[in-house]
Amino acid sequence: MALLEVRDLKTSFKTDDGIVQAVDGLTFSVEKGRTVAIVGESGCGKSVTCLSIMGLNPRQNTITSGEAIFKDRDLLTLPAEEMRKVRGNEISMIFQDPMTSLNPVHTIGRQLLEAVQLHEKLPKQAARRRALEMVKAVGIPRAETRLDDYPHQFSGGMRQRVMIAMALINNPDLLIADEPTTALDVTTQAQILNLMNQLQRDFGSAIILITHDLGVVAETADEVLVMYAAKAIEQGDYSDIFYRARHPYTWGLLSSLPRLAQGAELKPIPGAPPSLLRPPPGCRFHLRCAYAFDRCRTDVPPLQPAPDGSAHLDACHLDEAAKQRGAEEILGRITVGGRL
Amino acid sequence: MAEELLRVENLEKHFPITRGIIFQKEIGRVRAVDGVSFSVEKGETLGVVGESGCGKSTMARCIMRLLDPTAGKVIFNGQDITTIKGADLMKVRRELMMVFQDPYASLNTRKRVGSIIGEALEVHKIGTPKENKARVQELLDVVGLNPEHYNRFPHEFSGGQRQRIGVARALAIRPKLIVCDEPVSALDVSVQAQILNLLKQLQRDFDLTYVFIAHDLDVVRHISDNVAVMYLGKIVETAPGAALYERPRHPYTGALLSAVPIPNPDVARARKPIVLEGDVPSPINPPSGCRFHPRCPRFQQGICDVTEPELVAKDTGSRAACHYPLESWPMSDLRLPADRVGAGV
Amino acid sequence: MIRYIIRRLLWAVVLFISVTLATYLIFYIIPVDPARLAAGKAASPHDVQVVAHRLYLDRPIYEQYLHFLDRLVLHFDLGYSYANRQDVRETVLNAAPITASLVLGAVVVWMLIAVPVGVYSALRPRSLGDRAAMTGVLTGISVHPVWLGLIASYILGYKLNLFPIQGYCAFTGRAPGEACGGPIDWFYHLIVPWFVFAVLYAAFYVRMIRSTVLETLNEDYVRTARAKGAPERRVLVHHVLRNAMLPVVTMLGMDVALALGGAVLLEQVFGLPGLGYVALHSLFQYDYPITLGVVVFASILVIVFNLIVDLLYAWIDPRIRLA
Repeated sequence: MALLEVRDLKTSFKTDDGIVQAVDGLTFSVEKGRTVAIVGESGCGKSVTCLSIMGLNPRQNTITSGEAIFKDRDLLTLPAEEMRKVRGNEISMIFQDPMTSLNPVHTIGRQLLEAVQLHEKLPKQAARRRALEMVKAVGIPRAETRLDDYPHQFSGGMRQRVMIAMALINNPDLLIADEPTTALDVTTQAQILNLMNQLQRDFGSAIILITHDLGVVAETADEVLVMYAAKAIEQGDYSDIFYRARHPYTWGLLSSLPRLAQGAELKPIPGAPPSLLRPPPGCRFHLRCAYAFDRCRTDVPPLQPAPDGSAHLDACHLDEAAKQRGAEEILGRITVGGRL
Repeated sequence: MAEELLRVENLEKHFPITRGIIFQKEIGRVRAVDGVSFSVEKGETLGVVGESGCGKSTMARCIMRLLDPTAGKVIFNGQDITTIKGADLMKVRRELMMVFQDPYASLNTRKRVGSIIGEALEVHKIGTPKENKARVQELLDVVGLNPEHYNRFPHEFSGGQRQRIGVARALAIRPKLIVCDEPVSALDVSVQAQILNLLKQLQRDFDLTYVFIAHDLDVVRHISDNVAVMYLGKIVETAPGAALYERPRHPYTGALLSAVPIPNPDVARARKPIVLEGDVPSPINPPSGCRFHPRCPRFQQGICDVTEPELVAKDTGSRAACHYPLESWPMSDLRLPADRVGAGV
Repeated sequence: MIRYIIRRLLWAVVLFISVTLATYLIFYIIPVDPARLAAGKAASPHDVQVVAHRLYLDRPIYEQYLHFLDRLVLHFDLGYSYANRQDVRETVLNAAPITASLVLGAVVVWMLIAVPVGVYSALRPRSLGDRAAMTGVLTGISVHPVWLGLIASYILGYKLNLFPIQGYCAFTGRAPGEACGGPIDWFYHLIVPWFVFAVLYAAFYVRMIRSTVLETLNEDYVRTARAKGAPERRVLVHHVLRNAMLPVVTMLGMDVALALGGAVLLEQVFGLPGLGYVALHSLFQYDYPITLGVVVFASILVIVFNLIVDLLYAWIDPRIRLA
């Protein structure tokens, strides 16, 4: 039984210009202790997916449907008070920009204490001790004195560590990390990813990792879900996505990586992602797809399993031969370009 | 025989930190750029790589004379432009242009796109308004935008399109050198690729020279002929593109390369990552000797914390500032091999 | 931080000298002979000369100013009124509590209105309540305080006889010769002026609070707080308001300082003999020691308040405190 099972999740927002379907029917599951990566470009709906699971979307003008079964409860229909008990306790979330994600007028000690005391009636001393342990566990030097410092006295990497400490302090079963390293330098990113891997081993939490960086996905994900224009267009095991990619968008994403171009000209995906107010008919990617044909313009391709593996799904009308060719071409690039 | 278009000698940019009640006294300096030297040939792309706080953006602004260097020289096209002012500076500004990082912040939201692109033409009094409009529309086409969108406002364009406008703006007066300060960092992967292709093509078509600053090593490798790695205000290594990535000599370069995620899961998971400890120190009080020594896995007491290494040639074309440069690559452990410890430099 | 305080204090001194000098010079330029005014209508030219000499008015301007500064700083002496020979300092200090009562009471009223309304509007933007509040704000800003004061006084005081039309009663009790006194009378006489005064400020503050709260609600750290499982009320008080009220506090300090300096219009309308009233009437009579006295007092207040507000802000916001 999976830790979290999401079924046909749909989220839309009512705006002045109309209804924006930000997430359009996502189905995936997260197993205990595993990492699921949701990849996509800006506006594809990956962040909204997780905000919907956490119930953090603005209450007004948001319509969510589907199921998110977590430990035998549907998070999407949980009453507010119950959901509040889950947040920060059984499921935690960390966000992209560590510079602005911490309250500037409270010390980090106070914010860590808050995380504890919101869910457990611990006396201040005991809570502080727990905070201290976590701060040490995330590798912040001179932890005791640092607890009384304010966020602006920490660097970006250190702040993100504080965020991680705050997220893991109640030993959640699931950690949702929304682009946790995008705003960080590459060496700091390596530190944070390393830290997250280690803590995952120590605490046993599952992770949903949202990112646009395929390199990060390659390093950390067990399962991958590729999103485009509010829909999942390919999902499966990490090796399926990289070595046996079956969707033109996935091919396009991988082809856009300079590392895999080896000095030759990059083959980017032309155009830009479509508006979610009035998405194109049929396959949403067809206007930018080099392989599009008539059917793509009219029929929305369903997510269907690959002939070899049951867990590898893709939403594309192309025939098997074309998909194989595409997968092989990408595999070639990855093998050549993706070396040390 | 390519000619040298830009040469930078011992460039320094320090920002004073003052304190005082009535009279401000300088009690320290932020050594943002602390002695940088390199040269760029006509038609070449020099990539400058480094993490936040290394001084690459400050250096770019010094080259462009948007900031005045504290010391050192900037020699552009044979002319020393370090301290020129007024009309002389205006003349030079026609040849040096810049593309900025944030496509949302670098375009004036109240100006129409045609006006933004054509502003340089206006300022330098080149051409009649009619000629300039034609030129701007031509530029819009060159960067892949619709010339009919001349009268639109920036907010009507996407991030990638805005960056194209930024590039068109830089091209308007046919500069010789374009400094690109993280031009693709704020863009999605597929859009990044489009802009990189555009920049490469424009370089061919318009005979441009680029100084390309970024923190993404893969991007820099793809577009550069030579690459310089900066750390805490200094260049620690320069090399031709491929050489830097295949045979880095400086441990920091090695750590940087090792930190870049590889989009090949089996390879990525098989390697042991080199994780540097700690944060980048403050540029106000850089460490003694080699600036990298507090975080360097190869640190040798008495040498690395005492003497600052010079940027000297290690191989053909590569220069590194290290007492104990890397022997080989790839390495999963950057520590000095036992036989070299204590053996002196 | 100490450095910052010292520097601000020095600036305060510079400011004080500039303001008083400017005021002094303005009066010097006015083409009215103060000596003649002081001497009275029946004075002869010789009397006027004597008076001029006594009042230092026959010295060069800088000497007069220095004499003024010396008297003020060393003896806290502001001189004597030309009209009735009263001690200016006493006049000013008698008028100050009246203005203080008006202004501080109004502050309480306007904050009690502005904070809940502003916060509610920010939490429910574009709702009916919010739109009503914004209409109220527009009205509040547009309505002229004098007009409103007169109307309120007329309707509530004259027509409906609910409140006194005008006048002030000392809080401390009935003094001999006074018509009223004591806390109840004090309160009763000030209620309408408080509300009228508050209308304009409440309007501004509702708008400002709405905007800062809206802005803060969108901050990332508010999202983090919710993600930690904090209930909405806690998010609002501990995270949103704590940050949103920072700029409001500074504005409040400055507005209070300015208002204390002379709520001229409403004091006139409601017959409250506070600083503004006194300053206005002294101007009509060219009784410039009094005017100067009020200006000096007001500027000291503004400068001191500004300093306090700056220091308060630096203390509340750790980013400034620990820079």
